[in-house]
Amino acid sequence: MEFFKKKTSIRFMAHRKWWYAISGAMVLVSLLLLLTRGLNFGIDFTGGVVFEVAFPQAADLDKVRGALAEKGYDEAVVQSFGTPRDVLVRLLPEEGKDVNVVGREVLAALQGYDANAELRRTEVVGAQVGEELAGQGALAALFAFLMILIYIGFRFQWKLGVGSIVAALHDPFIILGVFAATQWTFDLPTLASVLAVVGYSLNDTIVVFDRIRERFILTRKGTPDEIVDLAINETLSRTLMTSVTTLIAVLSLLFIAGDVLKGFSVALAIGVLVGTYSSIYIASSIAVDLKLTARDLLPVQREKDAVDDMP
Amino acid sequence: MHTLAPWRLWLVFVTVVAGLLLALPNIYGDAPALQLSRNDRTPATEAGREQVVSLLQSKGVTVDSSYLEGDRMVLRFAGVDAQLNARDVVQETSGNEYLAALSHVPRTPRWMHALGLKPMSLGLDLRGGVYFLYEVDVKGAVTQLLSGMERDYRQQLRNQRIPFTAISSDNVDTVRIALRNGDDAGRVAALLRKQDVNSQISTNSLGEGGTVTVKLAPAQVSQRQDFAIQQNITTLRNRVDELGVSEPIVARQGKDRIVVQLPGVQDPNEALRVLGATATLEFRLVDDQHDAFEAARTQRAPLGTRLYKTRQGQPTLLKREMIVSGEQLTDASSSFTQGEPSVNVSLDSRGAAQMLDTTRENLGKPMAVVFIEKKRVAEGQPCNGTRVGTECTTEEVISIATIRGVFSSNFQITGVMANEARELALLLRAGSLAAPLYIVEQRTIGPSLGQDNVTRGFQALVVGLIGMFIFLAIYYRAFGLVANVVLLSNMVLLVALMSLLQASLSLPGIAGIVLTIGMAADANVLIYERIREELRNGNSPHSAINAGFDKAFSAIADSNITTLIAGVVLFAFGTGPVRGFAVTLCLGILTSLFSAILCSRAYIHLIWGRRRKLASLPI
Repeated sequence: MEFFKKKTSIRFMAHRKWWYAISGAMVLVSLLLLLTRGLNFGIDFTGGVVFEVAFPQAADLDKVRGALAEKGYDEAVVQSFGTPRDVLVRLLPEEGKDVNVVGREVLAALQGYDANAELRRTEVVGAQVGEELAGQGALAALFAFLMILIYIGFRFQWKLGVGSIVAALHDPFIILGVFAATQWTFDLPTLASVLAVVGYSLNDTIVVFDRIRERFILTRKGTPDEIVDLAINETLSRTLMTSVTTLIAVLSLLFIAGDVLKGFSVALAIGVLVGTYSSIYIASSIAVDLKLTARDLLPVQREKDAVDDMP
Repeated sequence: MHTLAPWRLWLVFVTVVAGLLLALPNIYGDAPALQLSRNDRTPATEAGREQVVSLLQSKGVTVDSSYLEGDRMVLRFAGVDAQLNARDVVQETSGNEYLAALSHVPRTPRWMHALGLKPMSLGLDLRGGVYFLYEVDVKGAVTQLLSGMERDYRQQLRNQRIPFTAISSDNVDTVRIALRNGDDAGRVAALLRKQDVNSQISTNSLGEGGTVTVKLAPAQVSQRQDFAIQQNITTLRNRVDELGVSEPIVARQGKDRIVVQLPGVQDPNEALRVLGATATLEFRLVDDQHDAFEAARTQRAPLGTRLYKTRQGQPTLLKREMIVSGEQLTDASSSFTQGEPSVNVSLDSRGAAQMLDTTRENLGKPMAVVFIEKKRVAEGQPCNGTRVGTECTTEEVISIATIRGVFSSNFQITGVMANEARELALLLRAGSLAAPLYIVEQRTIGPSLGQDNVTRGFQALVVGLIGMFIFLAIYYRAFGLVANVVLLSNMVLLVALMSLLQASLSLPGIAGIVLTIGMAADANVLIYERIREELRNGNSPHSAINAGFDKAFSAIADSNITTLIAGVVLFAFGTGPVRGFAVTLCLGILTSLFSAILCSRAYIHLIWGRRRKLASLPI
């Protein structure tokens, strides 16, 4: 089986203004959403208390909320988690209150609602730890970018480097935008998967770039647009194929691995789709607009150049 | 014909076989077990093992298998019921001899065990358990040091008969001694300088009195803080050991944090009680000159005495000077003496000397044992003692006995209940904390959730793999099947590497495996697409295979390295779940590079490479 029976010759570069516009709009919307609604951070980042409780039968969330409100926890977020019998209670830290005390009181309230409640998971995170984790996460993201930038700069010509970094920045923005729009919980594993997406998206981009480099060196005819189009077309079935296999893996995580990994797998799924798109439409376009030419990509060894320059 | 250097075939063969062997222990799963360690801290013996097994057999509990591991004895059972029964039997009949802890041990056959082959260790989220992140109050450590200095100076000045009015510390880095006579200042400073060369000691004698200030050097402060963290880790480790948890983790994290992971523990409060409580003993002479009831009524202890209460609630006056404090205890164990539960205590040489002097001079007089317990209590929870913030300190006299003979380093304390004797000995042994600890993060994963996570993670893995296998087989036909074998080899190698490194597997870790398998398919895709292209360009099957592998190499290497960089950064910065994910991601990339480049080529060579005539490839 093959995705494309014939060799494709889609003119990706011709319409790149449109793709810039679409991507620009998506990033802008994401940015606005991030600024206005913000992310719904999990307790990993905010500090607080999370309880996962399994009740013998489907729980009445309003009554659970009522039981908590009686103890003074009317701010508690109560939601079902996976099944109607599983309930997740989330509380933000309060100034001057020991989180461990809060934990005990919430448990007492839940057991007051149903004595057979089985405590499946508790997480108590101090606000300070949350702040630190958030800081560390931001630092990790920054550092990862820097390292990758150095590697790309070392391995590829700078115009391609800029293209790949723009594409790689573009993807997490859109993931964050989706998380801001839907208000899905953004926790530590989700952050990890966003960084994994950066790696994945670059992986895709690099394969295309590798072919662009090869084509520029081998094909001397044609404009940069045509050569880049050719390279993208040639790698198109591979790009799609890899996205499909990765998506199969990610979707099985999303639907089977349970709600603990939901944020993680959703972010990955979005990332695989957006990453595939950006490596086809965005990364190479930027390199072309930076006036990428064959000369930029010739190997540094001068011997080849010398031969080519002969009349 | 396609050629491939024989060493490459051998490399693949040896690696895959080794991988299979290392990964094998993972298929056996684990079984409930009981870990027994001897109360007297001597190693468990083969004879003891046989004795316990036959004891259990006689009570109708079947032991599946038993062996010694380190100093402990491990008993494996078929089910949780047998495990719990066995624990009850052991506690009832040999509770004095053994400390029993519930755990899970791998069900691997004995020969694998002997070869040191172990399955991957499961993280807390897959096994259930509790996780604590403690913050060490490093300032508190310095405060403790300063108050120790205060006590010490007081003692020394008294010994030297130098009159002083007050000794106080600022709880930051300075102790001030106010002397009655300004003339003494120089003498005191010289005395202190001799003992402590690092501190900055200054004198000031104005008018009648004089002061000597001792200021700690910054290096002393930071050294003390570092020491406090190390000491706390040791203490926590000791206490965790006393809890009898299998495979606990106690480790420093960052500057002033300590992580404690207790797999299999279900009740965090019980663990917290043992981890957080500190207990110590003090030995003091009883003051029989004054009326204790009178003192209790007025709440005023006469000079040189302190008012205490006994277990029974009786007020008692004890001498302010203590004979021996808890810091001088070196060991403690519980036992029965003349049918009464007791705690055997050992003292260090200084303590022993003090005890010797005191008992010699006070024969026939009563001596009291004061039990001091510090616990963290929640707001609103009762505290039967003095409370500072959330710390509740209770002091009570557990026994008053007449000194009947002279003793020094080893003696027994009675007056406690049987279970108390055990816990007291445990707490005394575990030592006290060098600085206060606060919990800043706490996570508990119930055992059922852990099991669910294993099941779900495993199902996601299987479904993802099957989906990919089918897809690859349809898309690349026979080569797709080869890709599937390559992916399986990758899985085996990854699991083998994880087992070898004993990296703990968590749910995000499983996600990392699923993701890397998905991405590992990529390397195969790159190669196959190249082979197809080469075939389309009219190359012969053999040269297409060669060209496919060669030309895909740079793309495979470059693209994997960027993901590897992301993984390494995640590992370096991440904690907990992120780290688990990063480990499998990084290892997965390494194994997938190996399997895609070397294994895949070897398999293809073995199937198609050796055929002389090959008209087309099933790709």
